[in-house]
Amino acid sequence: MLKIKCSNIFFTLFLMLILLLPLISNAASKWKSLADDGIHDPESPAIGVLQEPADALSKLPQDTSGNMVNWVKALEQGVINPRTNIRPETKVRIRNDDVFLEQTGEMPVVRFPHRAHTLWLDCKNCHEKYFISKKGANPITMMKILQGNYCGRCHGAVAFPLTECDRCHSVPRQKLEQAKAESRKKTQAENK
Amino acid sequence: MQKYWRLIIAGMLFSLVFSLRAEYGDVVLNKRAEKEGMPPVIYPHWFHRIRFRCKVCHFELGFEMRAGSNNVTMQEIIDGKFCGMCHNDEIAWGVENCDLCHSGRPGLKSKIHGGHSTAGPGIW
Repeated sequence: MLKIKCSNIFFTLFLMLILLLPLISNAASKWKSLADDGIHDPESPAIGVLQEPADALSKLPQDTSGNMVNWVKALEQGVINPRTNIRPETKVRIRNDDVFLEQTGEMPVVRFPHRAHTLWLDCKNCHEKYFISKKGANPITMMKILQGNYCGRCHGAVAFPLTECDRCHSVPRQKLEQAKAESRKKTQAENK
Repeated sequence: MQKYWRLIIAGMLFSLVFSLRAEYGDVVLNKRAEKEGMPPVIYPHWFHRIRFRCKVCHFELGFEMRAGSNNVTMQEIIDGKFCGMCHNDEIAWGVENCDLCHSGRPGLKSKIHGGHSTAGPGIW
């Protein structure tokens, strides 16, 4: 009887260790080297020439998901300064206001910051192709986002993933009016 | 004890899948490459976004924001379209460096590899 119990405990511990292995190995190195990432051919002459993710990404503001880099912070702090255009005649457009999406059921309201998005993207990337520029005109649901539409076009593929609920659902309903007033003030200051 | 083996194998597979993980946002382009005798192309978003904002490729260059929806041919790149806008030996390495882009393992599917939700349901 005792013997069976001991082996059960041993196997449970063994099992837990195996299941936790990915976490342990991720902690050791956040970024896979190109030769071990499962998509590069380890025999390719490019290995050793191409920059390794850890070389570049370890120097940027850290995050807990995606590339493990907070890209917006990296841009705003000036750690990186990626080019905005190739053709000199291209107009670089930035918009500073916030949009509040209030039909979120029991989740906190979504604050969509135009500024963080237009630092990276142009208006035309989203409007009018994926988002109509009119309040209430976009029937966005979480299901559509999870399937890669609306916000899910980037979030879950290249921008921070959809497991980061509270980064979008960031405004508690009882603080909505206060948040809107603060947002207006901030936008006015940035527009000056 | 017998019943544990199935779980142990599942755990091993789980850790194997997670240890072979491409960087978040890596795109594999293999619509034409292997059919025409070249290894698949790997496009790393992380490398490019340190140097260029999304709008450069997705607005100025006209890349659609969906893996597989851009019909890029090598001829167009040589003519200065798509990747060729920068990969021209002026801004970035030119098209003669075949191996640097065509560096993928044989048999890869065109899609976004790496990332949490790209491994589950979804259409990338």
